[in-house]
Amino acid sequence: MKSILIVEDSVTTRSFIRAIIEDVGDLNIVEASSGFDALKALPSQPFDLIITDINMPDINGLELINFVKSNPQYKDIPLMIITTERSEEDRRKGMALGAFAYLTKPFKSEELQDIVRRALVL
Amino acid sequence: MKGSVQEFISEAEELIEDVNKNLLTMQDTFKQGIDPDVINSIFRSIHTLKGLSGLFGLRHITEFSHSLESFLDELRLGKVTLDSEVIGFLFSNIDILMRLFSDVEKGEKEGDVSGAIRDIEAFKGRVQGKVSGPSLEELGIDPTVVKVLSEYEEHRLKTNITDGKGIYQVQAIFGLTDFDKALEGLTNNIKAMGEVITTLPSSTGIPPGSIGFTIIFGSKERSDAFKDKLSGFEIKEIVQGKLSKPAAPSTTQDTATLKSITHTVRVDIDKLDRILNTVGELVLAKGAVHRISKEMSDSYGYTPLVIDVHKIAQTFERRLAELQDQILEIRMVPIGQIFGRLAQVVRRYTRDVGKEIDLELFGEDTEIDKLLAEEIIDPLMHLIRNAIDHGIEPADVRKASGKKEKGTVTLRAFPKGNRVVIDVQDDGAGIDMEKLVQKAKEKGLVSPGQSLERSEIIDLIFIPGFSTKDVVSEVSGRGVGMDVVKEKLSSLGGFIEVHTVSGQGTTFTLTLPITLAIIKALLIGVSTERFAIPLTSIAETLIIQADDIQTIEGKEVLELRGEMLSLLRVANVFRLEIRQSDRFFIVVVGFGERRMGMIVDEIYGQQEIVIKSLSDYLKGIPGLAGAAEIGKHEVILVLDVEALLEDAVQKKRLREDYKRK
Repeated sequence: MKSILIVEDSVTTRSFIRAIIEDVGDLNIVEASSGFDALKALPSQPFDLIITDINMPDINGLELINFVKSNPQYKDIPLMIITTERSEEDRRKGMALGAFAYLTKPFKSEELQDIVRRALVL
Repeated sequence: MKGSVQEFISEAEELIEDVNKNLLTMQDTFKQGIDPDVINSIFRSIHTLKGLSGLFGLRHITEFSHSLESFLDELRLGKVTLDSEVIGFLFSNIDILMRLFSDVEKGEKEGDVSGAIRDIEAFKGRVQGKVSGPSLEELGIDPTVVKVLSEYEEHRLKTNITDGKGIYQVQAIFGLTDFDKALEGLTNNIKAMGEVITTLPSSTGIPPGSIGFTIIFGSKERSDAFKDKLSGFEIKEIVQGKLSKPAAPSTTQDTATLKSITHTVRVDIDKLDRILNTVGELVLAKGAVHRISKEMSDSYGYTPLVIDVHKIAQTFERRLAELQDQILEIRMVPIGQIFGRLAQVVRRYTRDVGKEIDLELFGEDTEIDKLLAEEIIDPLMHLIRNAIDHGIEPADVRKASGKKEKGTVTLRAFPKGNRVVIDVQDDGAGIDMEKLVQKAKEKGLVSPGQSLERSEIIDLIFIPGFSTKDVVSEVSGRGVGMDVVKEKLSSLGGFIEVHTVSGQGTTFTLTLPITLAIIKALLIGVSTERFAIPLTSIAETLIIQADDIQTIEGKEVLELRGEMLSLLRVANVFRLEIRQSDRFFIVVVGFGERRMGMIVDEIYGQQEIVIKSLSDYLKGIPGLAGAAEIGKHEVILVLDVEALLEDAVQKKRLREDYKRK
């Protein structure tokens, strides 16, 4: 079973994202409510995809992406950004740091599902 | 998706509450310098709100919060200067946002926001300033650091540098499992000396099972000043400060800004109620087990089996008490939650009526049952409005009497035993006693020539329909009177006291039980009946001899520590046969000036009870608050102490009227 890590500080958005990607197939979905949570979750199991927000209270999504991409153990995990359209500059940086896709809120369920399928090669 | 809509609304409410709290902090502190964390936290809340409403297809709210968010973004990036006008503007926009959400909650269509958005744009255009400066690379920051900084962090970094502060970097390595606690400690230490700009996690060159962090912060202090506080960590200066001063006394900063919702679970209070009900039933079962074990030892002596039962009964009791405490703890919320909402009403209100008021809040950490907190907010709001409308004098009057022009309303909460006390205090004119009596006479509530005690005069304000202002103001006159406030408190098992000093102000003191769920009660016997009295309303109990009771003007009283305490025979209230005895128990109920001794025949002891409401048949009987089941399937009635006190006060008045005639 493929595993996905969702990093997002809003509980509603988190469960919303989970609900959408649950429709993609049988997936093991792990939720992290902050960057710190994500740092703790990473070593717990191998992930096949990380979906992260940028604006979070402890470390921001960019710092998380940088951490993942500079760590030999995690650097191959595909990483996508979900954020609001306002943070264009932040998004650009995220892509430069090695994220492979981004979505801006609000987005269509199918868009997210497509990206997830692509990342997981389903 | 229905559940998640509810989840959405409650998260939205929480976010708005946070914004309000932060705006209040901002209002109080912006003159001493802006705390960037506060602005950023407001920005983040609105940002999250926008994302959420977008997901739920609430177009208008999304558009509105988008507009608000861009304004806040400029504010946090320093493109707009923060002043009281900006804060006021933000407050009124949060009001709009709240209204929009309450429409959604009620299932109504979202209101139109185009006007409000235009207002924000216009305001933004008016207050916008210009900022530009050298790039971070030019300022000497490593490009590998710059590439992970968010736009906001970049801005903070630049601001720190242009303010002449030094930029430092601290390296730390922590265990992977508990790094957040350790990091929080380190961050707090740094915050006492400067501003944390970013925290970068890293794993290069870090042993397995650990994680490294690079914290970049700005401070006006020299690096040697950090040595003690950050001992054991490697500190590097990245940019030298321009006005390095010797270590200044560190300011205590609010460290509660890293609020994380990671470890919280939102639970519907109904679910907790259900658990509590089950625990309530268990409490009864516990009583039964206790009784059985006692009966067993009485009949069979202490055989090993009986001792076993005893032990089990004790364990059961202890664990149940723990469980009960834990559940009650879950229901507790800091009263600051409702204070925050009230502060907002006050702000809006004072703006509407054009009176300047300082609202002071104390004891926001005091915990109270969530349900009670919700129930008490309307009465509190009413009292505050009253204080603003009727209590605090107009500025010119205040000035003339040598007071500061701005009136102060103080909300103070503190725990007192198993009760919570909330004071609503104003520094206004105090209650005009003569005017009250005058009004009461006009209304025929007091006969001419009748003299009233001070406490009786004050009690007049609690009579339904009694108001000293002929014109009911737009503000406080919302169909709620002081009588409703009092009734509400009584229904919650609490009471209200008034203390007023002419020219100095009025204090309303609300006393409430901490929780409604399971209460401790005293079981008493009157004639052949047993009743329960909530412990929260009991001041003390006494044993007296029959001849201790004196009769003054046909009224039974008891001299207690030099003061006369009026007595009430519970048997008379419920028309029970009076037991002849030369020894009685007195249960002293009520507090302050409203005290009374209830004459009862027996006191059986304390028990935890769950009050159930009475059937319609019994509902009309005054003096009864409900019923409770106590062991052996026996149901007993719970006395409504407030109503009995009331009754005693009224009877006293009737008696006096009768005497006069």
